[in-house]
Amino acid sequence: MDSSGLGVRRAVGFVAPALLLIGVFLVFPALWTLYIGITDYRLTGPAAANPRVVGVDNLVEAVRDPLFTNSVWLTALFVLGSAVVGQNVLGFGLAWLLRTVRPGVRRLVEGLVLLSWILPGTVVAYLWFAVLSRDTGTLGLLLGSPETAWLVRYPMTSLIIFNVWRGTAFSMLLYTSALAAVPPSQLETARLVGASGWQTVRDVVFPHIRGHVLTNTLLISLWTANDFTPFLLTAGGPDHRSEVLPVLIYRQALESGQLGYASALSILLLVGNLAIALVYLRLLRRRA
Amino acid sequence: MSPLWIVRRIGLYVLVSVVLAFFAVPMLWLASAPFDAKPGLGLRWPDWTSSNVVATFEHPYALTSLVNSLVLCVVATVVTTVLAALAAYALSRVRIPGRDLLLYLLLLLSSVVTGTAAMVPIFVMMLQLGLINSQLGTALVISGGLLPAAIFILKDFMDAVPRSYEESARVFGASPRQVLSHVVLPVARPGVATIFVWAFVNAWGNFLLPFLLLRDVGRQPAAVLLRTLYDEGGSANLTVIPVFSLLYSIPVVVLYLFVNKRYGFRFHGGIKS
Repeated sequence: MDSSGLGVRRAVGFVAPALLLIGVFLVFPALWTLYIGITDYRLTGPAAANPRVVGVDNLVEAVRDPLFTNSVWLTALFVLGSAVVGQNVLGFGLAWLLRTVRPGVRRLVEGLVLLSWILPGTVVAYLWFAVLSRDTGTLGLLLGSPETAWLVRYPMTSLIIFNVWRGTAFSMLLYTSALAAVPPSQLETARLVGASGWQTVRDVVFPHIRGHVLTNTLLISLWTANDFTPFLLTAGGPDHRSEVLPVLIYRQALESGQLGYASALSILLLVGNLAIALVYLRLLRRRA
Repeated sequence: MSPLWIVRRIGLYVLVSVVLAFFAVPMLWLASAPFDAKPGLGLRWPDWTSSNVVATFEHPYALTSLVNSLVLCVVATVVTTVLAALAAYALSRVRIPGRDLLLYLLLLLSSVVTGTAAMVPIFVMMLQLGLINSQLGTALVISGGLLPAAIFILKDFMDAVPRSYEESARVFGASPRQVLSHVVLPVARPGVATIFVWAFVNAWGNFLLPFLLLRDVGRQPAAVLLRTLYDEGGSANLTVIPVFSLLYSIPVVVLYLFVNKRYGFRFHGGIKS
């Protein structure tokens, strides 16, 4: 008997309701994507009533579809620019720099960074419209070019900067707790031998937090690749120039009604997620 | 204090100020536009007025949608927290056959199957079940998505509750139910609170799922309504949007302040590093 006195039967009863919900609303949809993805299922019309199995035609079509290749490229750019580089570097930079500033300043900066992370996505989209819009937008006023519609002229750059603002909090939190585990004596030694800030980070800090860097990079890449907030800012436009994969899937499924084709695209996203998650779990296991 | 040291400190504070401005400037709109007589998408010193607030309260769907958000969010959060706590406790204490595989799959699922990747089947499934426009259905879909990560994080907290507590409670004749509610849950409370707040913030801000599944404007939560606030002329209704954004943001800000004060924002459990 276990310490709780539950016994296997009752324990299964405790786990079952959660597993039921996960099974119905997560596992089943994931498996069903695989099936819908090989049909010509549509939202309306004859193929809505009697979808036909078309095999890998959807996947073949996707690979040949310039909109899809465009979208994969933009998603890679988005993940690389805003997560792997942007959030990672700014998150670490903040964690590193804020150790030495006054506690009041530190709390203020951390508070704002966290707030930008937890505010609802729809609100945040309006906040950034107010920064990037034409005529009255804050950025235009600051730079003295009010006639620039930033989201139209530089959609991807805008999204990348937006997402750095939106998501840096996680990296900052993770690196703050990682830095707390670096032995202070080693930092002190580095200071005494006159190492510069950069040398200290590279030779003393980095070896301690290498695992954290990898964990962080994998997690934020995964979240960024699946983020739907770009839809709220640009909805993929203008002219597909910011159509990252989640937005493309939505538009193909709900706007064009091509459910089968959109599912095939989802399969490719799921496979990408799976690859990242497997690397992540492997790392966790090795460290455990 | 060498001159070099002073220059470095100044440099540090300049850098920190730039970052501070980057994070603060977009938020200023939320403080100025709601109270500006001519609110726009841009930042300016407002002509103070409270007429926007009145207009927002008179908007036919504004308050309804906030109530809808609350209903959706409370159902999703309570279901997630309760089911995750039960499952995490059982998985932490009992070696159910296949437990390790199950935990591995949960962790995998929580990151691989996202709302974005599964939007098509979820939409089709709810359409065929006739659950489009069902708030309960939407709340359960949100819970289903949050549960794997919630179970995983809570199991870490449950693992940290000393087993000797339960053993002594059982020596005194407590039933498993009493052990859970009077011994384990009080000790694991920070974990349960973490999951509760995390699930609440997630469900409160969730846009995609209600946007897909709730098509009737009278049932939509604030996240979706805010996206579709247009005036008679078909352009964004800027009298209502700023005040509404502010009202809609208040619960997460209050929760944030509460968590920050009570526990501090730091990582415990879950993210193993």
